Amino acid sequence: MLDTVVNWFAAHPQFTAALIASVKAIVILLVTVVVAAWMIWLERRLLGLWQDRYGPNRIGPFGLGQVIADMVKIFFKEDWLPPFVDKFTFILAPGLAMGLMLLMFALVPVTPTWGVADFNVGVLLFLAIAGLEVYAVMLGGWSSNSKYALLGGLRVTAQTVSYEVFMGIALMGIVMLAGSFNLRDIVVAQAEHGWYIVPQFFGFCTFVLAAIAVVHRTPFDLPEAESELAAGFHTEYSGMKFGMFFVGEYVGIVLVSAITVALFFGGWSGPGVDSHPWLAFPWFAIKCLVFMSSFILLRASLPRPRYDQMMAAGWKVCLPLSLINLLGTAAVVVARSHGA
Amino acid sequence: MADDAPLSVPGLENEVIRDLYARFGESAFVPQRTRDGMPTLWVRAEQIVDVLRHLKNGVAKPYKMLYDLTAVDERLRKHRQDLPAADFTVVYQLLSIERDMTRSGSPDIRLKVALKGEYPHLPTATTVYENANWYEREVWDLFGIVFDGHPSLRRIMLPPRWVGHPLRKEHAARATEFDPFVLDQMRQDLDQEALLFKPEDWGMKKGTDNEDFMFLNLGPNHPSAHGAFRIVLQLDGEEIVDCVPDIGYHHRGAEKMGERQSWHSYIPYTDRIDYLGGVMNNLPYVMAVEKLAGITVPARAQTVRIMMSEFFRITSHLLFFGTFLQDVGAMSPVFFAFVDRQKAYDVIEAVTGFRMHPAWYRIGGLAHDLPQGWDRLVREFIEHLPKRLDEYQKAALENSIVVSRTRHVAAYDTAQAMEWGTTGGGLRATGMAYDLRKTRPYCGYENFDFEIPTGKYGDAYDRLIVRVEEMRQSVRIIQQCLDNMPSGPYKADHPLTTPPPKDRTLKDIETLITHFLQVSWGPVIPAGEASVMIEATKGLNSYYLTSDGSTMSYRTRIRTPSFAHLQQIPSVIRGQMIPDLIAYIASIDFVMADVDR
Repeated sequence: MLDTVVNWFAAHPQFTAALIASVKAIVILLVTVVVAAWMIWLERRLLGLWQDRYGPNRIGPFGLGQVIADMVKIFFKEDWLPPFVDKFTFILAPGLAMGLMLLMFALVPVTPTWGVADFNVGVLLFLAIAGLEVYAVMLGGWSSNSKYALLGGLRVTAQTVSYEVFMGIALMGIVMLAGSFNLRDIVVAQAEHGWYIVPQFFGFCTFVLAAIAVVHRTPFDLPEAESELAAGFHTEYSGMKFGMFFVGEYVGIVLVSAITVALFFGGWSGPGVDSHPWLAFPWFAIKCLVFMSSFILLRASLPRPRYDQMMAAGWKVCLPLSLINLLGTAAVVVARSHGA
Repeated sequence: MADDAPLSVPGLENEVIRDLYARFGESAFVPQRTRDGMPTLWVRAEQIVDVLRHLKNGVAKPYKMLYDLTAVDERLRKHRQDLPAADFTVVYQLLSIERDMTRSGSPDIRLKVALKGEYPHLPTATTVYENANWYEREVWDLFGIVFDGHPSLRRIMLPPRWVGHPLRKEHAARATEFDPFVLDQMRQDLDQEALLFKPEDWGMKKGTDNEDFMFLNLGPNHPSAHGAFRIVLQLDGEEIVDCVPDIGYHHRGAEKMGERQSWHSYIPYTDRIDYLGGVMNNLPYVMAVEKLAGITVPARAQTVRIMMSEFFRITSHLLFFGTFLQDVGAMSPVFFAFVDRQKAYDVIEAVTGFRMHPAWYRIGGLAHDLPQGWDRLVREFIEHLPKRLDEYQKAALENSIVVSRTRHVAAYDTAQAMEWGTTGGGLRATGMAYDLRKTRPYCGYENFDFEIPTGKYGDAYDRLIVRVEEMRQSVRIIQQCLDNMPSGPYKADHPLTTPPPKDRTLKDIETLITHFLQVSWGPVIPAGEASVMIEATKGLNSYYLTSDGSTMSYRTRIRTPSFAHLQQIPSVIRGQMIPDLIAYIASIDFVMADVDR
């Protein structure tokens, strides 16, 4: 019986490859969602630690079960549609928020053998999907038909559009150094030439700022600035639709951490990976965890700039900085190729 | 009854009164003796606006601030010999900070207007003092006195469909005196209808011919409104073109309750006026009653009163500091501030037995003496706090985002502050070192060594820094209380001290009778009027008490700083952005209970 199944798969190698790839994809997506949900716990515990309090510590060991309890609660909440909203868009928006974030995860090279898709235009695709991400919040804010949500949507549109401009430019230096848009090639190139955080330090700074702005985390959480706009673009959302925005934000943090690690910190590479390939994933995970935690630390320590100040910082500081970085890198690359 | 309180007759020894007599003629005024010695003159209704204008602009060292404007229903008052006949009296209290700072001449003057009739009329004072606006609305709302020429005389404390004017003597004081409340469909519809927002009712325009304005309703339920406070914004994008604050959601009729509680049993109500101020609210009230009764409080009681008041200044300012930074988006400081507040409350609880609302001061002294070992607790706290404040200085106050969010935001100068009756940290941030504890030391503050922190620009950042610095000064004051706590009784030996000292009650019958009457009925306070002003956590707070020689107050007027500060908002914030408004509201440091009473 088993033999026949194995033989059948052996006889259809293309199908087998596709099946294995699908299983890998599903595993990666599931792990991402679980990690994102678990980040809620991590964030609350770390904030508790830094703010002289406990955080959730009641359910399960170290309060780890809190996430499950929260999820159960949020699933069973009434799926309330306010009567004044534009129904289709209102429902579409949180799905987009979560879906697009997960889609971007397909691009992340986790280990030499794991990863969902391997596009030659990976970096461009990442920027393109990140650009679409603004629609989720914009539509959410607009369809809510509420003034606070509208102001939040307005802020998010301006913020994301201006920060995406130099997010792309910040990454072009890397593309030039690696000579490829493929994320996997970029990781491999770093394994050979060293992490790009060193030659691309300014690119790193501007990219991280832009990334925080795009996933709208503190200090760039103006679209949902609680003390100003109640809950901003998701003021009218509740239940699982709110949950999608909420978890989507954490998926965003995981994603941004993973991309930053892949682009600037050598992805899975690290001491001992060549001799022990199984170390690839732990290295990747540890690096991601460091970034995820620093996003939480940022939230614990920084206040929120004013909307116009944030825009000014984007256009007047980050954009010129990333352009100068791009030009500098280009000069170096050209000079080097002539020398060779 | 002992009657050793000085009764001063304002007269020719006062140069302002000489000036007024010279200008308007002596027959235009009737002077009144009050227990607090404040120059008090009765003025005819048709002359009041001229007199106010003269005092604001015409006299040397002018009275730039309308400190309070209120009314009294005189119709049931028995002890009013030598006073002009009146059904209602409107009372104006003016304050000259210049006189107060230089300590020359009387810093306050009280003017009264006698009014006859059921719903009397009187010209508005808004043409002289801009901040008369809300005060006159309040008087109309609660007394039914009409101010002719007022720009927008509508209810301010009570809902628009309320029937009657509660501070009139014929209005019921308790829920049990009303018919049972029934909400039928018609009433519900009418109430809902009254809630609809019509910009015209608020003195705003709906739009121009070419555009409709966007109105944003901020509150009464909003994370940064600091209580049930509502402000309607007219926006252009995120820029505030105009705004109208709406208060009254927290109105509990505290002044009316004063007319139904004994002098003693009203003390716990005062705790809940500025609910972050704790026993500091008791202070002006008991001091006013003591002034009426002629009680001199022993030194130990005074020093303990100062010490506990400064503890509450610290807890209130800590909450301000934490929520301020939270409102500009920093989430952690509020937790640290609350940890420190807990430590302060631990001391307060050990001393008074309660945490937020101890109601611990008594007429003539304190509820009890300091517990054994209080000094160790107090010392621990004052050693703890300055270290934390230094940490906050580095971690939060010097943060460049905080500075750029609040520097030059919602700034006003000293003259504007006085025009709007702004006091406390909001006034000191403009550079005016005005602190009642220095200019008019009460309760023994003259014996303490401390400084008055001031700002420079009068902006949100200065208001933050001034209050953080005030916490350090409060620590200094507490340190001095700790080092020099006098011994002696914690209650005055006076027949009106409540509850009375009990030592001799079982030894002689007179003391037993006095004790019994005071504990069962409460003290009978001699007829008269007195107001006492203190530098409370949020600004100048005063209680203006009128006694008609009974066990209850005839009229209790509570002048709170927050009321004045909220009225100032539109004049400051026009042209700035929503995040600036949030930073401004946070920097005012108000609680709605202190606004609405």
